Amino acid sequence: MKLLGKRAPVAPLEYTRRWSMRIWVGLVLLFLYTPLITLVAFSFNDSRRNIVWRGFTTKYYEKALHNSSLMEALTNSITIAALATVVSVVLGALAAVLLWRFRFPTKAAWEGAMALPIVVPEICMGVAMLAFFARLDLPQDLPWPFDLSQITIAHITFCFPFVAMVVRSRLTSFNREEEEAAKDLGASEWQAFRDVLLPHMKPGLIAGALLAFTLSLDDFVITFFTSGPNTVTFPVKVYSMVRFSVTPEVNAASALVIALTVLLTTIALKLQSRMGTLAQGH
Amino acid sequence: MSDKTPIISIRNVTKRFKGAPSAAVDDVSLDIMPGEFFVLLGPSGCGKTTLLRMIAGFEIPTSGQILIDGQDMAEVPPNKRPVNMVFQSYAVFPHMTVAQNVGYGLKIAGVSADEIRSRVAEALELVKLDGLDARMPDQLSGGQRQRVALARSLVMRPKVLLLDEPLSALDAKLRAQMQFELADLQDKVGITFITVTHDQDEALSMAGRIAVMNKGDVAQLAAPADLYEYPANRFVADFVGSVNIFEGKLTLDEPDKAAVDCPGLGKVWLNHGVTGAHGSNVWVALRPEKIYLHVPGEGKAVRAAAEDAPEGHNFARGQIKGMSYLGDITLYEIQLDCGAMIRVSRPNLSRHDQEDFTWDDRVSMHWRADSPVVLLS
Repeated sequence: MKLLGKRAPVAPLEYTRRWSMRIWVGLVLLFLYTPLITLVAFSFNDSRRNIVWRGFTTKYYEKALHNSSLMEALTNSITIAALATVVSVVLGALAAVLLWRFRFPTKAAWEGAMALPIVVPEICMGVAMLAFFARLDLPQDLPWPFDLSQITIAHITFCFPFVAMVVRSRLTSFNREEEEAAKDLGASEWQAFRDVLLPHMKPGLIAGALLAFTLSLDDFVITFFTSGPNTVTFPVKVYSMVRFSVTPEVNAASALVIALTVLLTTIALKLQSRMGTLAQGH
Repeated sequence: MSDKTPIISIRNVTKRFKGAPSAAVDDVSLDIMPGEFFVLLGPSGCGKTTLLRMIAGFEIPTSGQILIDGQDMAEVPPNKRPVNMVFQSYAVFPHMTVAQNVGYGLKIAGVSADEIRSRVAEALELVKLDGLDARMPDQLSGGQRQRVALARSLVMRPKVLLLDEPLSALDAKLRAQMQFELADLQDKVGITFITVTHDQDEALSMAGRIAVMNKGDVAQLAAPADLYEYPANRFVADFVGSVNIFEGKLTLDEPDKAAVDCPGLGKVWLNHGVTGAHGSNVWVALRPEKIYLHVPGEGKAVRAAAEDAPEGHNFARGQIKGMSYLGDITLYEIQLDCGAMIRVSRPNLSRHDQEDFTWDDRVSMHWRADSPVVLLS
């Protein structure tokens, strides 16, 4: 550095100015994004196979969008994810408030039980769900979207503990005097919840909803065990397509889903930060 | 004041928390008069905040009764009580603007939007926050946030305003300023203020009456000057201000004079009676600022002491062991000839006063016959 003369010495915390660090970060990014970039790039490949680049085309997007069974699977997936997200957020938020707010016997057991769906291997959950629904023997030939109820219920089961976890950690930063202040000013229990606690929980609810939505959208194992013969979701459909060959059509469909999730995440984050500047939800 | 009915009546209130070895508030009875600036003063854990929270309705007394304006509050939840509270953390709602914060209680009460607007503006003007209605709380300083909390409570026109450690989070300069402003504000709105604090300066400067609390009990209830000059017991003498306390025996007690023999200090003479049993154990409290320091010529101190006490009383000798210069005053730690330590403060009336004494100097002291306070407990 001395030879160059002008450069300021590297301060202890200026990691971004160390070559070793830059190379390391570069490698990590490469490792993370190479598969995704390859997937998206080859969705534009003008070839039946995914190995050699043969030129640019968008025909596989067209093909994917006109593949009615693929589109049906995608619609199913989004419907399930939306339903599961709404129910999970409500259930998860309520569970979080319950565990944060109250002291009661067996509370520790409840907390453990809540975390169970997070730690139990998915395959076990899948088998358990399969056995459960077989025992329940629900009618199989319901019209859309009621035929998705089994999968939706299964998704809610593993999604809402994640929401509860996120919301609960958000709640620990809540100043209880705010709630008391609301009541002191005349608010009822419900009004204090609506006007003070809920706004504080909002960022946690948004993060939890995002988590639930993506978890539900790409779940394969549990869905595989709980889906009926006529209810195919996007991951299951892609799996069945890939079993024959990985065509650019699969790439295109996957790229569309990636775009969709990125879009949704961006909207949610924008919403959150707008509410942040608008209302200072921290 | 005695002919008025109290706005708040606390009758034999006890609060025990589950699992706590002793009561947080132990059989406390207090009457607070309308328009009073009342302060609950005490060290942390003395039960002052618990008492305040019971008045607000956030804690339920284990036994006893709290009356607000003659009405029993036993069955009344916090949101239905005619009192409002300013919380220690201010508890300003972070997702609402200043105006929304201040107007919240009125909105809940179903007041019309027009009236809310005018009353919020009025309240903000009262606490000198006019023009900041559209700000968010995180764009305000700590002092401004506190004013929002104040305005939010005052706008409800409560019968009593409760303040929990209102100044503890402010820096020293701002605190001194707010002490005056709070007293001023109380004067202006005429609402009864009840403040909880552990800071004796705060209590002395703002209060009309102070209840000093210790271990769930009221140790003394008095006006600020009485509390400082006539403490009722060692706890109050020690907690309010700085004090030297010496144990001794009462050797003379007549209506117009009394004498205490303190092994640690010497013979103490008082120009008033103390109503204690002859020969009983008592404590003498002597404030550091009420002791005069004399430059080594010892005769002066003896002569000064003899002016209002018999010879050999109200006078001591020692050596300076420590001093700290505080600008307006200098504090001295002096070891008396009998071994005990005594604290003496001396105002720096001129620029060079602090040069009169220094470490290891021999000094004499005297105090007037009306300065010591004899404490029976």
